[in-house]
Amino acid sequence: MSQTYERGTVEDFGRWREFSAGMWAWIFHKFTGWVLIGYLFTHIAVLSTSIGVDPASSAAAAQTDLYTTTLRGLEELLIVRFLEVGLLAVAVFHIMNGIRLLFVDLGMGLEVQDKSFYASLVLTGAIVVASIPTFLGGAI
Amino acid sequence: MAEHYSSFQRGGRRWLFQRLTAVFLIGVLAFHFVLLHFVNHAAEVSFLGTQARMSQVGYFATMWLFLVTATFHGVNGVYNALVNMGIEGTQKKVVGGILAVAGLLLVVQGTRVAIAMTNLV
Repeated sequence: MSQTYERGTVEDFGRWREFSAGMWAWIFHKFTGWVLIGYLFTHIAVLSTSIGVDPASSAAAAQTDLYTTTLRGLEELLIVRFLEVGLLAVAVFHIMNGIRLLFVDLGMGLEVQDKSFYASLVLTGAIVVASIPTFLGGAI
Repeated sequence: MAEHYSSFQRGGRRWLFQRLTAVFLIGVLAFHFVLLHFVNHAAEVSFLGTQARMSQVGYFATMWLFLVTATFHGVNGVYNALVNMGIEGTQKKVVGGILAVAGLLLVVQGTRVAIAMTNLV
């Protein structure tokens, strides 16, 4: 239950200025988690276009099968490329903060958990910015 | 002492499996992103290219385990977040049931997709 952690009502966003680094890390981890599980369902739905494709068909050889055309069609949309950059940001932060949480659970780094949160943010930003050319390549 | 926030009660099975799957997912999610966006480009994906990758036993097994662990980690994470927000009793049971069924359906459909993409089966 929320009161177990004595963090006050984090759901009351009116007091966001009072939130500590640990609180923000918890909120961001939860938000990115919701996005990732939502994406997982969407991802499997899109990849379901592979069901029924005959690998021996002329369509598969000519790359005009439903799976190939659906994925390439999505990749041609600029908005999808930007959404992919957003997904990368979400995934990288969840991974970085996840590593931070695993260390804390192992009893390491609790005293610097605010600094490790900032490090997670900086690393996420650096990786995402460095990846933008790859993700937008050919679309702009 | 610095504060530590979590939606999980430490020491429980849900907490333990969330951590164990996290360790696996950190590596596999990063590998998945690098392979399908940096080594192979998503815009150049083709069914036969996907099939060539998915027809390697090690890759197929890794991707299927990725599906199962990611589904568990995600569904368990959502369940714990909702429990942490205060759902109890019947509400908790119903939410748990819906999430378990949704997770199971996702694994079943994901397995069908994986099988459609490989020539191993």
